Formats: sequence, C-alpha cells, structure tokens
Amino acid sequence: MSTASHVHLQRLEAESIRILRQVATDFERPVLLYSVGKDSSVLLHLAMKAFYPAKPPFPLLHVDTTWKFREMIAFRDATVKRLGLELIVHTNPEGLAANTNPFTHGSSRYTDIMKTEALRQALDAGKYDAAIGGARRDEEKSRAKERVFSHRTKHHVWDPKNQRPELWSLYNTRINPDESMRVFPLSNWTETDIWAYIYLQDIPMSQLYLAAERPVVERDGDLLMLDDDRFPLNPGEKPKMRSIRFRTLGCYPLTAAIESTASTLAEVILEMRSSHTSERSGRLIDNDQAASMEKKKKEGYF
Amino acid sequence: MSAANKAKLDLQQFIEMESSKSMLKFITCGSVDDGKSTLIGRLLYDSQLLYDDQLEELKQDSKGRASTDEEIDFSLLVDGLAAEREQGITIDVAYRFFSTSKRKFIVADTPGHEQYTRNMATGASTADAAILLVDARLGVSTQTRRHAYILSLVGVKHILLAINKIDLKDYSRQLFEGICAEFESFAEKLGFSSIYTIPISALKGDNITTRSERMPWYEGQPLLTYLESLNPDKEDSVQFRFPVQRVTRPNLDFRGYAGTLVGGEITVGDEIMVAASLKRSRIKSIVTMDGNLPSAQKGDAVTLTLEDEIDISKGDVLHSPGEPLERSNQFQAHLIWMHEDPMLPERSYLLKIGTQTTSVQITDLKYTININTSEHLPATKIDLNGIAVCNFATAQAIAFDSYADNPETGAFILIDRISNNTVGAGMIDFGLHRGQNLSWQSFEINRDSRSRMKNQKPIVVWFTGLSASGKSTIADVLEQKLAAQNRHTYLLDGDNFRHGLNKDLGFTDADRVENIRRVAEVARLMADSGLIVMTAFISPFRRERRMAREIVGDIDFIEVFVDTSLEICEARDPKGMYAKARRGEIPNFTGISSAYEPPERADIHLDAGNRSAEELADEVLRQLQID
Repeated sequence: MSTASHVHLQRLEAESIRILRQVATDFERPVLLYSVGKDSSVLLHLAMKAFYPAKPPFPLLHVDTTWKFREMIAFRDATVKRLGLELIVHTNPEGLAANTNPFTHGSSRYTDIMKTEALRQALDAGKYDAAIGGARRDEEKSRAKERVFSHRTKHHVWDPKNQRPELWSLYNTRINPDESMRVFPLSNWTETDIWAYIYLQDIPMSQLYLAAERPVVERDGDLLMLDDDRFPLNPGEKPKMRSIRFRTLGCYPLTAAIESTASTLAEVILEMRSSHTSERSGRLIDNDQAASMEKKKKEGYF
Repeated sequence: MSAANKAKLDLQQFIEMESSKSMLKFITCGSVDDGKSTLIGRLLYDSQLLYDDQLEELKQDSKGRASTDEEIDFSLLVDGLAAEREQGITIDVAYRFFSTSKRKFIVADTPGHEQYTRNMATGASTADAAILLVDARLGVSTQTRRHAYILSLVGVKHILLAINKIDLKDYSRQLFEGICAEFESFAEKLGFSSIYTIPISALKGDNITTRSERMPWYEGQPLLTYLESLNPDKEDSVQFRFPVQRVTRPNLDFRGYAGTLVGGEITVGDEIMVAASLKRSRIKSIVTMDGNLPSAQKGDAVTLTLEDEIDISKGDVLHSPGEPLERSNQFQAHLIWMHEDPMLPERSYLLKIGTQTTSVQITDLKYTININTSEHLPATKIDLNGIAVCNFATAQAIAFDSYADNPETGAFILIDRISNNTVGAGMIDFGLHRGQNLSWQSFEINRDSRSRMKNQKPIVVWFTGLSASGKSTIADVLEQKLAAQNRHTYLLDGDNFRHGLNKDLGFTDADRVENIRRVAEVARLMADSGLIVMTAFISPFRRERRMAREIVGDIDFIEVFVDTSLEICEARDPKGMYAKARRGEIPNFTGISSAYEPPERADIHLDAGNRSAEELADEVLRQLQID
C-alpha cells in the first residue's frame, strides 16, 4: 500500500492475497474469472501482488456473451497484454449459432444460455478445479452468506443449505474428483473499499466508469446505452446524447447507466458517497424474479 | 480551483477519514426470535446505510408479513436465502457491513437454533466482540448459556448483553437488572474481559443509536456508541510466526517464501528457525510488489528471502530461535463437533492447522462437556454440536502453539476423508510430550531383506463383505494355494481376533473402528516381517478400510470385496446369527441393524453369489499376480 496509515485496506489486501496464494497451492488447475469490471481489476491487481515476483500461476477466463461493451473488450485485451498474462475467452457456441440475445430471448433466458451455461462449458473444457471470482458479500443478500471457498458439485451446483463451516482463516479446500470450488477473495470488501483501493493503488479502469456524452435511450426509467447498431429501437424511440457513466459493467443492453458529470475517478467516488441507490440496481437481471440471484447461483452463475 | 481539483482535495479528505477508521468485527447471537436480524436491520437503517432501492424492496417485502406491525420488517434485510425467508428463520451465517463516522463494522449474524450452533462458532471464530441478545420476556435461557460458553471457548473477550424487547415489559428496570445479575453470575467463570449490559428494543429503536427517553433510569451508553468506542485490545501474540504458504521460484536467481505473518514482527537481518528441521538462517529481504520492506508485522502478506539455501516447503513454520512452537504428534484440545455423523474415536480424519495438513486420530475422548452445567460427562462419541476434550495423535508431528497463546497457530479443523466436509473445529490446549520422543526406530534388517529371504513381495489382502459372505472360507483356500507355492503367509480372522487381542471390544460403531485399527496395525507388522497377510473382517465402513490402507502405508494393500447378497448370506447363516439378529437379540448386526458400506472401487470385486470358494480363490490368485 502506498501509505502505511490505511490499516483497513491493508488488512483486506493481505487477507485477499492469503486466499489467492492458498488457491494456487491447493488446486491443480485454478482459473481467474476476469469480467473486466472494477472488482475484476482489483482482483487481478491482488493476484499480481500475491505471486510477485512470479506471475499468477493461473490463466484468466472471460465469458464473452458477445454483448459486452466494445470498450470493455478493448480494455480487456490491453490489460492482458500489459501484464503479460494468458487469457481464455469463451462464448457458448450453441447460443451464438442460435443468435441468442437479450432482446428476443429475454434477460433471464439469455443470461442462462450466454453466461451461466457458457461458464459451465468453459470450466468443464478447462477441467478447472477452482474458479476465482470477484464477488463481494456486501453486493446482494444471498452473497452475504457465501463462503470464501464455496463448494460446487460436478454439475456446478451450489447448495446453500449444505455449506461447509468456515472458521478462522482455515479454509477447507478439499474436493472430490470432478467437483470444483468457487473462491471469492474479495468477500469482505465493500464498494467503498474497492473505489478507495483503486484510487490509492492507481489501478487502470475501464473508461465506462467515468462520465462522458454517450448515446442512450430511456426505458422504464433505466438509461440504456447504444453501443452498436444491434440495439433494436422501439417505434418513435430516438437515442439522445447524455452525460452518463456506469457503476457496474455487464452486457450493455442489460446494464443501466446513471446520469452523471463525474469524469474523474475522484469525482466518481465523491458522487458515490452521496448516492441513494445500490450498485446492483443497474443490473436488470437481478430484478426479474424474486430471489433471482440465489436461483442463478444455485445453477452455477457467479 | 477547477471542479476536478476540488474533487481530488475532497477525496483525499474522504480517504483519510475512511482510512483513519478502525474496524470491529462482531457477532450477534441469541435464541430464536430474540430479534437478532431485526437489530442488525435497525443498525443498518439507523446508520442510514440503506439505499433507496433496498428500502423500497424492503417495504414491498414487509407487506403481508405477520411478524411485525411496523411498516418495515428489518429482519428481511439480513435473512438472505429464499428458504429462510419462507420459513421466517435464519439458517446460516450472514456477513453484513456498515460504517459510522468513527468505525467500520463487519457483523456476523448467526442462527439461534441449537442444530446450527456450529454456525455460531464459525461466526465467533473471527469476532472481536459479541452481542448476546436475551428476550426480556424469557430471561437467560439454555441457549443464552450455550452461546456464552461457545463465545468463551472460541476466545471472544467482550460481551454486550442486550436485553431486547424491553418495551414488552414496560421498560422495567427491575426486570433488566435481574436478568443481568443472573447472567453475570453464570458468566463469572467464563473468563470474559468485559460484560456490558444494555436494555433495548430493536423494533422500536430504544437505546440503539441514542439513549432512550423511555428508560431514564438507564445511564449507560446506547448500543452503537458502545460498539464505536469498544477497544477490543486483543492481546496480539508478540512471538514471530510465519507459516509458509508457497515457495516462489520465478527463476533460478530468486527463491522466496510466501505467507502471512500470524504473530509478532520480523526485520531484515533477523535470525529465523524452521520449526520442523530446526535449520537456521537470516532474513535477507521482505519482498512485495510495492517494493521491499525493512520490516513486517502480524497480518502482513509478504514474501521472505533468506541468506542461506535451506530446505523449506509449504507447511513449514518459521519462528525466532528463542521462541519455538511446540512440536509433537500428540496434543490435547477442545473440540466442537459440526457434523450430523458423530465423531468416533480412532477414526482417521484430516487435520488442517495453519498451512499444515496431516492425518489425525482421537486417541482418547476424555469427556464431553454439558455446557449448561459445565459438567464433564464420559462419552464414546461426540454428536453434532457436542463439545469435548480429547487427546489427538497426528501421523506426522506438527508445529503449534496453544490456542490461548495464538489462535492462528493453535486452531485446527477436522475434515472427513470421504465427503471432505469440515466436521470439527479444535482449539489446542497443550502438547503431549510422550509423542515427541517416540520416533520410528530403523533397524539394519528391514522389510526388504526379510522379503528377499522369503523370496516374495509382502502384501496385505483385505477381504471385506457381509457376515457369511465367504471371506474366511475364500481366504482359507487362497492361503492353501499360496502355501502350495511355498509362500509364507498368515491369515487374520475376525472371529479369532475377537477371542484374543480384541476381546475387550464390542460391536458399537466406536468399537468396530478400533477393532479395524488394531487389525490393520497387526497386518502391517506382519507384512513388514515379509509375510503375505490376508485379513477376513466384515469391516463395514469405507472410512475404516481407507484408514487400514493408510496404516498399512507403503506396503501393497489389495481390497477384495466379497460381494454376496444379503439374501444368500442370510440363507447360509452358519452360526444362526442372522436369525438372532432378526429376532432383535443381537444389536448392531451388519446388514440387519447396522450399515454395510460396499467399496466404491475395490481392487478385486468378487461377484460371489453361489460360486465355489475354490473358484473365487483362483480368481483372487490370478488377479494378485504374485510372481
């Protein structure tokens, strides 16, 4: 840490590094789920620290739904190149062939095919026994009960009623053949911690987190950005240029922006302090059915 | 000043303010319906940590629920899982985050149901303090005592006793003081550093963030103020402890040891010692990606390089030469059992302590503890949520401290070998030094030389199957065939064993486990002497067969499953045992009133049925490929 006075962040950093090292030691084929967002950026930064001066002993995996913002893909490729890491990109081939998209298939089915199913395919194909993700316990209710080392059956199923107790820093990493573990080194970080750490450590970020004039349409109060010409406009709907930014990055038709003029990281953090909505409220997939995140997680979603 | 510059300045103030905050981890516990979830929801609400969309969702969800008349049901905030929301109870540990201008908090909300006590121990294992909730209408309950005991066992030092629902008892001072006095007299022997008592109503918000006007007689702090000002002053261990997680070797010029300091501090140039090998060296550098450090403290995750090339691998613990850890393969510990399957002494589990993992057995279940009365009770097993004091023996010596000295080096978990579940949590009391001085003696005439003299490779052929499946008969024929080839053999038979070495054992699960352990040890000794050993024991449990395989160690272990159906065995019934068992005259009879767990992958699977012992012995002989 750049300054020794940041006790709280130092503790979080050390805890995450300890977890990442344990994954690398105890598993044969770990992989880091890199989703290009701010949490992934912090996770990747911590992985670089954990194994320094060596490189992280695992590849990165990005599940590309083909509906990510173009800027995210460019940022992803630049990051991997800058750090000299191995990146595996997977898209569900059947989903791609069927032209699965959030507009005609609905967000729930689309997420199931292009994210959850695609992730399972990629994990099976790589025979990965541990998948490291950037989820935090403060994000969402079912995440608040997730273990740091979260067991998955061979069908990637999470059983929230049968979780292993996790005491002290003694993580039980044992699995049977074909089973796997999801690992969440950022479990104890909050959104504020993430932004403060990004600021203090000067971690490169996608420009989408900063406000800029972008073409948007407004639907049911959500601001949706048009990233390319695949976005079907309703009759009479006309995109407008507005100053927007994103608090969370996902698939562009499913990620609502917020109106903002915060064009620097500092302004973003200050704006966040006075915010009155939680960050996942911009994720349209969370709201499409009751207890939807828990359901998705049981099925293998991150 | 531009807007961006102003933002940067404000941000620095913000970051400074954020970073100057300390952090407190606490756990909330109490009986079902004591109002834990409501209290946490209230804290989040009153510290204005709820976002508008969360509040809106909460208002929606609160509609049509009977548990409260208020507009908002705060417990919905923390009862995350769908199953819990349907049942209206909390069933797991949930971690919640909130911060005030003074402090950051991580709250572990843990369930009050007795069968979920393991979750409470889990939450308590990382807590600086605990809020113990008591329902004013019910007073100190069995659960209150149980939870207080677990908090003390796991080493939580500061207790906030919150007498909740005081509004339903007319804010009675007398009632409050009565409950506090009862708790304090009970908790006297539990060794807490502080007990602070507050009358509250989580539902109405009394004495949560501000002192309630409805209880002018209460002159102490409101709950949040107490949490903000509590100094947990954990007596941090000052002895340097560094369990090695990984050896980092990016190239031939760099060899570092990655890990986290779990005690004391270290400075470049300090002398260190490796707990297992007693090798010494000095710290050459403390490496991080942000640059090398002159020193590192407890909690820091760093990579150490040493002046000398000494053999260190993951699982080793580094310490200062004058401050060694205990090192032994035997110790006494308190154990909390966390699984539905009971703990059986002599069964083999995996033990994880720090970065070390090894096989372990409980050699002596000294007693279990009735935590309501602190009574010590004799026991042959530990059930779910049971707490016991036991002696343990590990396969390899481990380095440790007592839990009281340093929880990081004195706590361990037990893992089931088949399911890989975490089944127990232990806290080491002290090492037993009789184990330390017992090392394996090596002799000049060893297994190799004895085998050469007999011109054979020693193996253990382990027959398993139901009673009357044909184990002994097949083994008998097999031994005759081997003898005809001039092989040196010995057959260990179940019934014969129980007349001699194991005549003190019965047929309870615990005794069956010990029976198999002794058989395996004897089989190992005999095979070590160069013999081909056959064993014919029902050996019904997978875990014990796996244990037998481990005890036998580097000698070949061939598991032969004599797969004869229960119907056939029962029809044979040479000793009339099945008939007796059916009449209920023999308890714990395998196949009738006690389980037989067939092997998942036997080395040799005999589809025995009605084939002759001669035929089956030939098949074993063929598959053994004894040359």
